[in-house]
Formats: sequence, structure tokens, C-alpha cells
Amino acid sequence: MKGLLIISGLGILAMLAEIFKFKKVLYPIVLLGVLGAYAANFTEWNNNLNIPMFSNMIRFDNVALAFSGVILVTAFFWFILANDYFEQDHITDHFALVLFAIVGALMLTSFSNMTTLFLGVEILSIPMYVLAASRKRDLASNEAGFKYLIMGSFASGFLLFGIALVYGASGSFDLMAIRTYISQSHGDLPVFFYAGVIMILVAMCFKVSAAPFHFWAPDVYEGAPTVITALMSTIVKTAAFAAFMHLFLVVFGKVSDVWSMVLAVVIALSLVISNITAATQESVKRMLAYSSISHAAFMLMAILANNRGFGSVNAILFYSLAYSIGSISAFTVVYAVSKNNDDVSIKAFNGLGKRNPLVAACMVVAMLSLAGIPVTAGFFAKYFVFTTMIGTPYKWLIVLAILTSAVGVYYYFKVIIAMYFKQADNEEPVQIETSHIVLLVLTTLFTLALGIVPNYVIEIFS
Amino acid sequence: MLVGLLIVVPLIASLLVFFTKGNTSRTAALGLSIVEFALSLAVFFQYKHNPDAQDLILNCPWVESLGIHFAVSIDALSMLMVLLTTFLVPLIILSSFKNEYEKPNSFYGLILLMQMALVGVFTANDGFLFYVFWELALIPIYFICLLWGGENRGWITFKFFVYTLFGSLFMLIGLIYLYNHTGFETGIKSWAVADLYTAGKSLSLNQQSFVFWSIFLAFAIKMPIFPLHTWQPNTYVNAPTQGTMLLSGIMLKMGTFGLIKWLLPVAPLALEKWGGVAIGLSVFGIIYASCIAIVQKDYKRLIAYSSIAHVGLISAGILSANQQGIQGGVMQMLGHGVNVVGLFLIADILLRHTGTRELDKLGGIRNMNGNFAVMFLIIMMGSVALPLTNGFVGEFLLINGIYQFGPWVAAIAGLSVILGAVYMLRSYQAIMLGEKKDSAVAFGPLASSDKAVLYIICFAVIAFGVYPKPLNDLAEEGTKVILTYIK
Repeated sequence: MKGLLIISGLGILAMLAEIFKFKKVLYPIVLLGVLGAYAANFTEWNNNLNIPMFSNMIRFDNVALAFSGVILVTAFFWFILANDYFEQDHITDHFALVLFAIVGALMLTSFSNMTTLFLGVEILSIPMYVLAASRKRDLASNEAGFKYLIMGSFASGFLLFGIALVYGASGSFDLMAIRTYISQSHGDLPVFFYAGVIMILVAMCFKVSAAPFHFWAPDVYEGAPTVITALMSTIVKTAAFAAFMHLFLVVFGKVSDVWSMVLAVVIALSLVISNITAATQESVKRMLAYSSISHAAFMLMAILANNRGFGSVNAILFYSLAYSIGSISAFTVVYAVSKNNDDVSIKAFNGLGKRNPLVAACMVVAMLSLAGIPVTAGFFAKYFVFTTMIGTPYKWLIVLAILTSAVGVYYYFKVIIAMYFKQADNEEPVQIETSHIVLLVLTTLFTLALGIVPNYVIEIFS
Repeated sequence: MLVGLLIVVPLIASLLVFFTKGNTSRTAALGLSIVEFALSLAVFFQYKHNPDAQDLILNCPWVESLGIHFAVSIDALSMLMVLLTTFLVPLIILSSFKNEYEKPNSFYGLILLMQMALVGVFTANDGFLFYVFWELALIPIYFICLLWGGENRGWITFKFFVYTLFGSLFMLIGLIYLYNHTGFETGIKSWAVADLYTAGKSLSLNQQSFVFWSIFLAFAIKMPIFPLHTWQPNTYVNAPTQGTMLLSGIMLKMGTFGLIKWLLPVAPLALEKWGGVAIGLSVFGIIYASCIAIVQKDYKRLIAYSSIAHVGLISAGILSANQQGIQGGVMQMLGHGVNVVGLFLIADILLRHTGTRELDKLGGIRNMNGNFAVMFLIIMMGSVALPLTNGFVGEFLLINGIYQFGPWVAAIAGLSVILGAVYMLRSYQAIMLGEKKDSAVAFGPLASSDKAVLYIICFAVIAFGVYPKPLNDLAEEGTKVILTYIK
């Protein structure tokens, strides 16, 4: 809870910075603030179990705190990555928008009422629409923002309609009340309740960009400024998954017959479409967009498994952490490579092994992690998902996931091959800022550490 | 603790070598790999002295809540495989002294890193750890092939990587499936090999069949078994010689070793039902690969196909799941490992001295370098399993074992001996005998490093052909242990 308040405070402070002229020191303040929020988050661990706040609107239990922790760590890394994004004009607006997006993300980890869910989704999404279009003179960026807005509002409509239908049946927005309503009805629920659940499912699939609701993702990812793409594929994803998990494991877990088949089809489509399309991409940014759809499918598999106990929660928590860190690494490299000429095609990576060996080595670790090769974090992430899935009737999905993972290796390794095997057009060394080197080294070590000693994360809930 | 050192030493060695430059890299790598060999000998004597010594077991928790342990130990089988690895790696490094590689520190560092993973695969006593080492072995060899390989290496190494990774993931699923069935009595799930064996036996035939095929797929791709062999010839030909040696000499044995330790004991019922199909594929692969080898023009490609034939025989013997078959498989793994490294070195020497590996363009080299001709002959004899060479014991036991499974199968598998003699002798004739071709004119004396490697290999071929007892005893002991789990 304190973390949420600190980040909100920081957002307001950022808006005041323009008036009171402390723009110059805003960046260090925000960095420290995010660290402070993380620390505050940490102190609440095991301390305020299940205390509902604001008339039971928000509840920071340990699961919420853990996901908030992932979001805040990623946010810290992201602010290091984005340091020169905040050197252009409109610094204060950008800071405020990003910080409020994080507020929305934190709300999505901790909501205990359907209204808070909707508020969280909107507080997260609206700044993201603006940020996607934040390169004002770039047509692609404008297109990205516009597309994101249209499609996002459409999904919000679905979400609202779904919430309304569920409310119509259960008579409450409160998650626990809905849960009680489901368990007391003994399977005798009105049809429109199920319709509501499916509509919420569709809206959430849209937010995590699972196929067939993924069409916005590649264009938005490619058009938005690279750092904003990094923000979308890490923090936004993690928050959306925390919400997805909370809704479908805790609240609608008992009616899983209704949604599990739909979700299985969504996962299968996502796996196939994303991996096959990613393999044909020339732009690395677009490739990462499609790969994020495939990772979404993996995390959805853990939700589908609907594991009793904490199996699914652990799997999603670990997966989102591993994926966020790996993505930040990858996007930092993309950013460094494309900084001078905006070239994000795979050709821009040619010969990176010679042009900057350290950056190339970090990219290799990031790619191996995203592809799920031991001893990186991505391997354990996939492993936990497989373990949750293997007891379910959906074994065919595991086989499909393996087949498509093999395709996945193709496009991740295309980058590695380009870096070490292809000749670059210009052999100039790639320059990179010191702060980014520190960031890359940190995230790479983090990825390896999670792959060697995953204990500390996965033993959080047991 | 000794067994832990076996894994740690190559890891440290590889890190050290990464920080060297130029020619010191290879000297350092050679020195450090010899240290590792000495260490494995120490382990061997310790094992001989007292097989249950505490030094030979290491078991510390890794991810406690999931029952994953860093558990490695030395038993008879793993002892043999570790010795094979630590014996071959110095030879492989020494054989590279005449080749100039760019960035030698990375090259030798990766070889040593791979050695660590290989030793880990052979000693792992925990299913999860086994899988991690298994995958880990793939990454260095991928980069060795990608960075120092021949033309078209990008696509070929990629195919190799995806092929093997694909198989490995199915193995992971099979292993997780077993893991989920552990701990019925205690309620605590475990990855320990003994628990996986128990879990495997408690499964019904259908469940075992699922486990059998998902795990077999990984091993079949690694060896490779027909029809999953299509990655192999191109990868072997395009990899740098040292990479090919690692792939065929040691990495291939991961698959056959896996069959013995990680497949036979976990699915005995499925083995009874499906073993015949798997043996059929293996035996078909022998004939298929031998026939292709006979018509090959490139000597390196010829050895690549001969390797498929040999491994087919090994796998058929192991899958027949009797004392002779498995023991023969183990002996042949050792023999084939040593011989194939010698043969690939010969292919490399031919290329370096004459500029070609085409059989048509080679000829009459015997007249230029008699010494080389004799060593080539000895290694080739080992490869066609002449009595008193190291190939003989294994092949004899293998065919014996397959005979017990089915006389007809043995008869077909036995063709491999004849076909093997055909392509081996034919290639020897084409390269060494006959008229002296233009390419042979410049064939001078061998470099001392090459000579040293060939001498050592020839010595091993004859020594373990004449006196195979110490190895054979270990193989017998290891096989007996495995058979108690199967029966």
C-alpha cells in the first residue's frame, strides 16, 4: 500500500516540477522514489495480511506485494534505460504519465473490487496511449498511439460489459462476494453470468495481447518509441497478468469449465500465430512484439492449469520476473543499436560481436533466456509452467508449446547468428552510455542468478 | 568431494582460458585438461580401492522445495564415461595445434566448458541436474560450430541446435511426468534417480509408453538413430575438426549412455512392448548409413555416416536389454569414441597436407609417409573391429546380445561388420594405396602434435584390444546394476 502511495506522490511531484522549476533534479528523485517504494513494499511483507482498505477496494496480500515487487524492480531498471527519453521536451509530463501508469499497474496487482479493477486498467492504459504517441512528429508513433487507443477502449468496453453482467447475476462488485455467490449457487448460475465471465476473459486476453486479440500489438510495439515498447512489454504485461490470475484463479476458479476450453484455444492460437509470424520478421522490435505474445501464451498456460495451492501463482510470478528482466536487457540492446539511425532491423545487429563484444554477450544471455535455455531464468520459467501443466488434461498444449518453442529458438538465434556471423556494413563500434552498461550487466547477472539459484523467488509461496 | 572437483576443474579451467591470449590459450587448455585427466585417474583408483567412498558422492540441495539436488556420483558406468571424456579432451585439444583459429581463447574456453557439461551429464544422479547438463553441453558446441565452422554453417548449426533442443524438451516432459509420480508413500516429490526408477515402475503400460517415447526421442536425435539423423552428416562435415571430434567422440555417447541409465530402468514394460520397434529403427539405420557411406566421396562425410552405423549397432545392443548387449554397448562406446577421434584427425591431416578430402583426388600417400600409413591402418582396423583391437570386444558382445533378442535381427545387424569393412577398406585403398596422385606429392612428414595424438590413439587401440579386462570388468559391473533395475 505504501508503495502505491509513494508512486502516486511521485507522479504529482513530477507535475509540480514544471511550476516550481526543479526539473533538473527530478530524475534522481524519481529513481530514489521508486527504490523507496520498493523498500516500503518490502516492509509490508507478511505484515498486513488480508487487511482490506478503502471500503474493501484494495487488498495488499502477499501475492499482491510480490507482483508489486516485480513491477517496482522492473520500473527501476526501466528508468535507468529511459534516462535520455527524459531529456527531450515535456520531461515532467512524461514522468507523470509513466508514474501514473505504474500506479495503475500496482492497482491491478491488489484490486479486490471490480471497480478498482476497471480503474486500474484505465489508469494504466490511458497514459500508455499518450506515451505510445509521444514522438509527436513521427507518423508511426502517432499511428501506434491511435491504434492502441481505439483497440484499448474497445477492450475496456468489453471489460465493463462483462463486469456489468457479472454484477447483474451476483449483485456485487466485491470479488469475495462474487466468489461466495458462485460457491453458494452450486452450479445453478444464470447464462448471462457465464457470458460476463467470457467477456471479461476476452478483455483481459486483449490486454495481455493474446491471439486472436493481438492485432494491435505488433504495430504499437514497432511504432512506439523503443523505451515505451520496453515499458509495455514488461510492466504492463506483468500487471495485466497479475489481474488475469487474480480474476480467474481466485474469483472464477470454480467455474473453470466455462472458460478453460476458451482459454486453451486462445493459448493454442497464440503459440502458433506468434511464433510462426515472429520467425518471418525483419525488424527486431516487431519480432520481440510477437515473441511477447508467445510468452503471454506460456503465462496463460499456468492460469489454465488452475493449480491448487501456489503452483500457478509461483509459475506466473517467476515467469513475469524472468521475462521482464530479459526484455529490459533485450530492449536496452535494441535501443543502443538503433540510437543513431533508428534502424531496428536484424541487419543492424550484424557484426555486433565485433563492434561491441560486451553488449553482444549480454544480448546472447537475454536471447537464451527468452528462448528458455538453461542456465538462464527463462528456462526455469518454462519449467515451472510445464510442471503446473503436466497434471492437467491439456497435455496436447504442452506438445504444441514444445513444437513452437523450437520455432522460437529460430528467431532468437537469428539475432545471435547476425551478431557473430554476419558482416556489418560499417564496422564502427557501437557506442553505449555507462549507465546502460551498468544496466545491462545488472540485468544479465540477474538473469543468470535466477537461472542458477531460483530458490529465493519460487520458495516465496509454498 | 573428488567428484565435485571433476566438474569444477574444467569450469575454472575454461574461465582461466577465456582470459588468455594467442598461443598461450591452447597450451593452457592442454595443461588444464591433462590436470583433469589426472584427476579422473585419481577418481578411478579411489573407485577401484573403495567404490563406496564418500569422495565419490556429492549431494547438496539446489532447489529444496522442488526436490532438486545437485547430486553427482561415480559408479562403474559413469566412471568409464568420465575416463573416456577426460582422455579424449586433451587429445582433441592437442590435435588442434596445427590449426590456426581466430580468438583461440574463446575456442578452447568453450571446449573446456563443454567438458564440464559432459562430465556433469555422465555423473548426474538427479533427473533435473541431468537435464540441465544435457542442455548445457549443447551451447558450447553450438558456438564452436557456428563461429569456427565451414561454409553454410549458419543454417546447418541452427538445424542441429533446433533438432536436439526439440528432442530435449520432450525428454524434459517425460522426466517431469516421472517426477510427478514420485513420492506416493512419503508425499515428497523427488528428482533423485532411484525415486524416478521407482516412479517409472509404478506406471501402467500406457503411461510408460508415453515416458519411453518422449525420452527415447531425445536420445535418438542425439545419437542419431534413423530417421532422425538428417542433421548429423552436414553438421559433422561443417563443424571444425575439434567440434566434430567432440560431437562424435563424446557427445554422441550422451545419447547411448542416457539409454542405459535414464531410459531402460524407468520404463521396463514399455521396453518390452516397444523395444522391438526401436531396435528395428536402429538396425535399419545401420544398413542405411553403411550403404550411403560406401558411395561417399568426401572422407569426412564417409566417417560421419559410418558413425551413424556404429551407433545404430550400439543402440540396438543396449535396447535388447541383456547382459551382453548392454556391456557390449558400453565397450563399443569407449572403442568408437577413441577410434572416431583418430579417423577425424586423419581426415583433417589429409585436408591440411593435400588440400582435399575427396577420395578420387587422393591416392598413393603410403609411399610418401609410411609411418602415417601404418597408424591409419591400425586405427581403421580398430574401427572395423578386428580381433585384438579395441573395437572387437564391444562388437562381439553386441552381436551376441542382439542374437539373444532375435537371431534374424542379429544376422542383419551383423551385416554392419561386413559393410563396415567394405567402406573402410575401400577408402583406405583409395587414399593410401594405388598410384601416387598429384595431391599426394607434397605430403610431407607429420607435425609432432599430430603424431603424438595418433601414437596415443594407436596405443589405446592395441592395448585395450589385447587387454580389455579393466574396462570390461567395470562395464560388466555397471551392466549388472542396471539389469537389477530392469528385471
